[in-house]
Amino acid sequence: MQFPISGPAALWLAVLFGFVFGALLQRGGVVDYNKIVSQFRFRDFTVLKIMLTAIVVGGIGVFTLHGFEAAQYHIKPANLLAVGLGGLVFGVGMVLYGYCPGTGIAACATGSVHGLIGFLGMLAGGVIYALTFGWTEQHLQKVAALGKVRLPDLTGVPDWIWFVALAVLALAVFSWIERIERARALAASVPRR
Amino acid sequence: MSNSTDPSAAGAPRRPAYWNPYAIGAGLGILSWIVFAVVNQPLGISTSLSAVSSSCAVPFLGSEGVAANAYWKKTPLKLDYGTLFLVGTFLGALVAALLSRSFRLETVPAVWAERFGAGSGVSRAIVAFLGGALVMYGARLAGGCTSGHGISGSLQLAVSSWVFFLTLFGAGLVTARLVFGPTRS
Repeated sequence: MQFPISGPAALWLAVLFGFVFGALLQRGGVVDYNKIVSQFRFRDFTVLKIMLTAIVVGGIGVFTLHGFEAAQYHIKPANLLAVGLGGLVFGVGMVLYGYCPGTGIAACATGSVHGLIGFLGMLAGGVIYALTFGWTEQHLQKVAALGKVRLPDLTGVPDWIWFVALAVLALAVFSWIERIERARALAASVPRR
Repeated sequence: MSNSTDPSAAGAPRRPAYWNPYAIGAGLGILSWIVFAVVNQPLGISTSLSAVSSSCAVPFLGSEGVAANAYWKKTPLKLDYGTLFLVGTFLGALVAALLSRSFRLETVPAVWAERFGAGSGVSRAIVAFLGGALVMYGARLAGGCTSGHGISGSLQLAVSSWVFFLTLFGAGLVTARLVFGPTRS
């Protein structure tokens, strides 16, 4: 078999990979509005645990595959103004909606009615974006545009140091989270004032 | 009431058993190895979803209007890898919810009810719609969402993705504080 697979076979794989993705989101509990919003209030840490683990595990694997020329990078352009503004708008929206696009779709499948209403909102947002695309392309996307650049390119610090640092950072964050969670569980087991 | 210890459990009639979040994260990481290597695609949702939105614009703009739009010209709606990935995501979550018996109709989630009352279904719906619109607009402006930037881009050490991740998290913290008030631990 020849990798990467393309054509009709890749379309079946898209459904399969999407299926695994959606099942993992549901089994991880991030189809739950409460868990996502509570992350932004530091009352639940499921989202951070999942994302940091995915980044470290995924990153080391994809970096290794790339080293063996078995995978290519797909880097999105660092148009810093547009990406920064987009991140801000997205962050506000994510707390109001309680989902991001992937978890929103998955939440619709698990019975979240407000998730479905927000899904319609996402479609509306897509339409508004398409209508303003000409303007944003001209005025926002070209400001502070660094191109498809990676942190190692920008800093000169090699990949493996980034991954070691990320892994150490993730472990530090996890042990901090676990300590908070233990303290809260203890406080919850004591009768309330 | 507002000092209750675990808000995600407060007033929630259900407490489905989820899998270990570290295992889920590792699973998503391994899924991205496979997807990168086997089909040479990053993980992503919002690009295809914005293509889907073009079909909603047909009644307003007409199919010529949609076809003439510069953005949808760039990312037209077709039954391609990205769109089918969305279908798979929906099906995977559905099957997982049914098998784990955690499929529940939910109009007012517990944390929202705790803040705005159990009868706040209309305001929840309006805010969900507005939030959804902002999520999508922001994702398209940034060129990706929590999947394409947050997981897939960050794991490739893309500068854009880390900028997105950090700004989204910062804006989310401020918004959560404004909407729900400060957190007491």
